[in-house]
Amino acid sequence: MTNSQPRLPIYLDHAATTPCDPRVVEAMLPYFTTKFGNPGSRNHQFGWQAEEGVETARAQVAKLLNCDEKEVIFTSGATEGNNLAIRGAALMYEKNAAGSGLSRGHIITCNIEHKAVLDPCKRLQKEGFEVTFLEPPRDGIVTVDMVKAAMRDDTVLVTIMWANNEIGTINEIKKIGELCKSRDVIFHTDATQWVGKMPTDVYADNIDLLSFSGHKIYGPKGVGGLFVRRKKPRVRLTPLVDGGGQERGFRSGTLNVTGIVGLGKACEIAHQEMAADAVRLSRMRKRLEDTITSRLDTCAINGHREQRLPHITNISFGFVEGESLMMAIKEIACSSGSACTSASLEPSYVLKGIGVGDDLAHSSLRLSLGRWTTDEEIDYTAEKIISAVNKLRALSPLYDMHKEGIDLSKVEWAHH
Amino acid sequence: MAYGPKIIDHYENPRNVGSFGTQAEIKQRKDVGVGLVGAPECGDVMQLQIKVDPATGKIADAKFKTFGCGSAIASSSLATEWLKGKSIDEAEAIKNTAIVEELALPPVKIHCSVLAEDAIHAAIEDYKKKNGIPTGSPEAAAKH
Repeated sequence: MTNSQPRLPIYLDHAATTPCDPRVVEAMLPYFTTKFGNPGSRNHQFGWQAEEGVETARAQVAKLLNCDEKEVIFTSGATEGNNLAIRGAALMYEKNAAGSGLSRGHIITCNIEHKAVLDPCKRLQKEGFEVTFLEPPRDGIVTVDMVKAAMRDDTVLVTIMWANNEIGTINEIKKIGELCKSRDVIFHTDATQWVGKMPTDVYADNIDLLSFSGHKIYGPKGVGGLFVRRKKPRVRLTPLVDGGGQERGFRSGTLNVTGIVGLGKACEIAHQEMAADAVRLSRMRKRLEDTITSRLDTCAINGHREQRLPHITNISFGFVEGESLMMAIKEIACSSGSACTSASLEPSYVLKGIGVGDDLAHSSLRLSLGRWTTDEEIDYTAEKIISAVNKLRALSPLYDMHKEGIDLSKVEWAHH
Repeated sequence: MAYGPKIIDHYENPRNVGSFGTQAEIKQRKDVGVGLVGAPECGDVMQLQIKVDPATGKIADAKFKTFGCGSAIASSSLATEWLKGKSIDEAEAIKNTAIVEELALPPVKIHCSVLAEDAIHAAIEDYKKKNGIPTGSPEAAAKH
């Protein structure tokens, strides 16, 4: 336990977004004012300067993903990347045309994907595709066997996230990629939480399409990348946005040069620092989890304990409610397992998806550490959470009943 | 959620937290009425207890424990303050709208005040049942 008090509030929501690295901002600045040209302007120096900035960034991204520069498409972020990859591939590789009355093709995804994957899949389902939503067990891991069992002759696309944004669990991406390759099925992965945190090699990992965003890796918001494989196989996509034919025709529109330059720089820094970051964050997370779980009963860490990202932890606390817990730790910025600001309480679909009960899903916290998280912040956070849970349990009729040995699942509650 | 100062005050300094005994003990106590409303999976459970002075028929003491959001905690804390010193009839007349007004509950949190009113009625009903007083005032019956 360190004694110095950290500066408040403490930011432990890096899985939601990260601050821009000052080195990233510095790299971007000239592109707002002096190097402001349109990279599409081929006949003057302003255009060439901007193009040079974009191409440097493309090389920096390619290095991080271990792919060819020509395989990097710049987008507005992972939501657009996911939409372009999923919808673009489904429409390009459909088995039967729309309106033929036959199934247009089969897509495999998972029920704890991000909404930016689930919703494009659901739209395709309405438009005549068939979609299988895999249901991972309590550990949250999507395995190659689960995908294999769902695979059909008419499967056109598999889209499985590399690591989950709420619980940090890591899916069997390399093996799923291998399976898809052997079946000639296009494989997309939403790698928003993975890229820049963990080593990525799209060829060794058998990936056809990979999307990620800048603001999760200390880059700016509003920019992201999509890897589109060019050989074995050459992946084609139906574009979502037509126009000037930028980005090999996959994504028309004047490039977001400042954002792209920032994304490139963020990738370069991540490439150099992620190994050391992972070791440090993993140690800090262990300290946080060990302190909390050793001093509070009835709390559980959600998802697989080993097979997960080093900087995310998701903890459920029995007998306390999520919003009041967030209120009690208001100087710590983190995410709650329930959206209780809405009129109807909706527990996290990810936690529900892996079988965490509604009561525990409501009282879950996702804490995600980042590049500048300190030991003092971790210690302060652990102490604050422990005292908050203890305070709320002193107020909780459920905790009393639990201590008196009453089985809460057998109580007849008056439902509203 | 941005809460007003009264909710924050009740949340940070809840009044009359506690219980007049274990679940088994309070079941036996005739002078205590218990209302347990809500459900864990809905995110709100309120337990409100009233202790009635047999000589005066007035509520001598009230206690609560709540599993729920800040508004639920504040609503039940305020309810215990209001219950003390009231007769059963007066207590029965407490309206959720008064709680909404006093705490300035935001519209999405109105259900917390409804739950507090339900808890008051349930506690009174329990007290009446234990003491052979006819229950089911038309108002309480209409609530559900």
